[in-house]
Amino acid sequence: MVHGELWTLKELFVYPNEYIYWSVQIVMYPFMTGLVAGAFVLSSLYHVFGIKQLKDMARFALVFSFALLFAAPMPLLFHLMQPFRGMHVFMTPHFTSAIAAFGIVFSGYGAIVASELWFLYRKRFVEVSLPLKEKKDKTLLEWIKFVIFCTLTLGAYDISEESLKRDEKAIKILAGVGIPVACFLHGYAGFIFGSVKANALWMTPLMPVIFIMSAIVSGIALCLLTYIVTMEIRKFVAVRKRSRAAYRFQTREEIGGVEINVIRMTAKYLLFFLIFAISLELLDLIFRGYTAVKSWDVLRTIIYEKDFTNIFILQYTIGNLIPFILLLLPNLSIKRAVVGVALVLFGVFMMRWNVVIGGQAFSLSFAGYMHYHMPIIPHDWETFKEGLGGAVSIFVMPFVLFWIMDKIFPVFGSDKEKRATH
Amino acid sequence: MINRREFLKNTVKGIACAALPLAAFEIIDPKKLFADKSGKPGVRWVFLIDTYKCVGCGFCVKACKNENEIPYDANVTRTWVERYVVTKDGQVFADSPKGARDGFATPKIDMGLGKYQEIKNEDIKKAYFVPKLCNQCENPPCVQVCPVGATYQAPDGVVLVDRKWCIGCGYCIMACPYGVRFFHPVYKTAEKCNFCYHRITKGMKPACVQACPFGARLIGNIKDPDDPVAKIIMTERVGILKEEYGTKPQVFYLGIDKEVR
Repeated sequence: MVHGELWTLKELFVYPNEYIYWSVQIVMYPFMTGLVAGAFVLSSLYHVFGIKQLKDMARFALVFSFALLFAAPMPLLFHLMQPFRGMHVFMTPHFTSAIAAFGIVFSGYGAIVASELWFLYRKRFVEVSLPLKEKKDKTLLEWIKFVIFCTLTLGAYDISEESLKRDEKAIKILAGVGIPVACFLHGYAGFIFGSVKANALWMTPLMPVIFIMSAIVSGIALCLLTYIVTMEIRKFVAVRKRSRAAYRFQTREEIGGVEINVIRMTAKYLLFFLIFAISLELLDLIFRGYTAVKSWDVLRTIIYEKDFTNIFILQYTIGNLIPFILLLLPNLSIKRAVVGVALVLFGVFMMRWNVVIGGQAFSLSFAGYMHYHMPIIPHDWETFKEGLGGAVSIFVMPFVLFWIMDKIFPVFGSDKEKRATH
Repeated sequence: MINRREFLKNTVKGIACAALPLAAFEIIDPKKLFADKSGKPGVRWVFLIDTYKCVGCGFCVKACKNENEIPYDANVTRTWVERYVVTKDGQVFADSPKGARDGFATPKIDMGLGKYQEIKNEDIKKAYFVPKLCNQCENPPCVQVCPVGATYQAPDGVVLVDRKWCIGCGYCIMACPYGVRFFHPVYKTAEKCNFCYHRITKGMKPACVQACPFGARLIGNIKDPDDPVAKIIMTERVGILKEEYGTKPQVFYLGIDKEVR
């Protein structure tokens, strides 16, 4: 069986070699990179622009961005026919290709996020490793912990007031440099598509900008959603533990849950970027219809007929319009926010889907169509990775990583810390 | 002791003085020099297809599949033949079942999704066949987008793929406006027509050219003014496919129609 044949149905006149070669993994790639970039921009809003209400969110978003960073190149690697040669992109980059710089852009961005995290958590590394260093009879677990944290300090044990101030300055600079780099990382993903002149749907100079805007939207949405969910879980666990221990006199608020002000503030930023994203997408659509070049006949059929449900119902209505109203109405509650951001995430995913799959839904002959049928139940490795299983594994990956990273970079200051700072 | 200002001044002067005579030298490309000195015309492979002669037998496709080890039953092919049928009411039908490997055994048009359209002979205004293959573009977008340089253009214009280096990302497949590229079902790397490079570099003809019983397919060297194919391209009215992409394709067609996609 030829690669792509299994999930492609051809209608009317399609060239013999045409199949949907870029499937769900390539949908996941811009989706995940978008989340990385968006989460980082959100964290930078606090560090660079000093938006105080976002303090809690900033720390959370940065760690989450780091977790997402590891998951972002996975779909690219997964979809390669020769995944073991993936390293060639780093070893022999061919710079006329838009993908070739991926290694450089990606590692550059990774280095920025990693160093920002290091400055942010340096104090903690020192605080954890110093008492362990002095402790004489360490258990195996403590040994492991000691080695990890000792390495993470990179030998810098100075946590005086003065050096911490310098750390803060470094964080600010890194966050500032990080914003354009994050935008570049994702705008670049847009360029990979936008520069394919053979593809009538993809080729537009607006593509990188559209990608950046929707990336920030999705990143903020995911951070909000994960923030609310983890906070609620923590609250739930804490309530159960404390009720068992008969600490019934504590109110739920004291345990510390979601702070609605943070949610409302973040939601405002989300809406702001959402407006940009939708305007650009509509501009693109209107422009195509108005100029109506050679490819418009086939594109119109795709947009208004074949993919109508995907584009206008799922993406624009359910994924953009409804959450827009939900988040815009006054007195945003947590439940409404959860529904809103979940729909926004879905909307951005559908946008990626409509770009990647929609761009391959018509033949290069402009006289035929291709339909994508995503493999749901895998029967071999290829149908797994190019199917639902592969996509879900990629999506779950950052959450698992986030859970692991939370052990090293605790996102939620403990209640004690919080009270001390108040 | 020289001060900073003096030093900078002298440096600029020095560079300017050195740059002027150096500009007189041209950097010489040894390959270019060799080509100029050898006196022989260079090689630039081109293809000529006479669509008037093509009957859609599919011998070229068969020969190509066998010659280039493309699994015979796999639904991908380095070259294929398209059939166009224009009816009196202006409708255009086109198909290429299995790339026309077995020719066009039925007059019914393959509409995809298992459907076939029957067209009565009296309704047909015109009908013809168009063989397709890699255009070995002068400005190949597939070469531009390869992230590892696994696909490249040989000095004689043919675009080749290094199976040992291709990572299988599919970007080249996406970038080709002609749909000539695909993944090889066995090697799992990008695959395309290369004018049977292993044959033409040894003085033989590509498998499809040799297999064509009607002489609809011809290969030649456009840099050689005595080449019969080059002469036809130079003197007759020939067309190319999808010139709007700026790829400068090097497969020329005689008798191409506006309906050809």
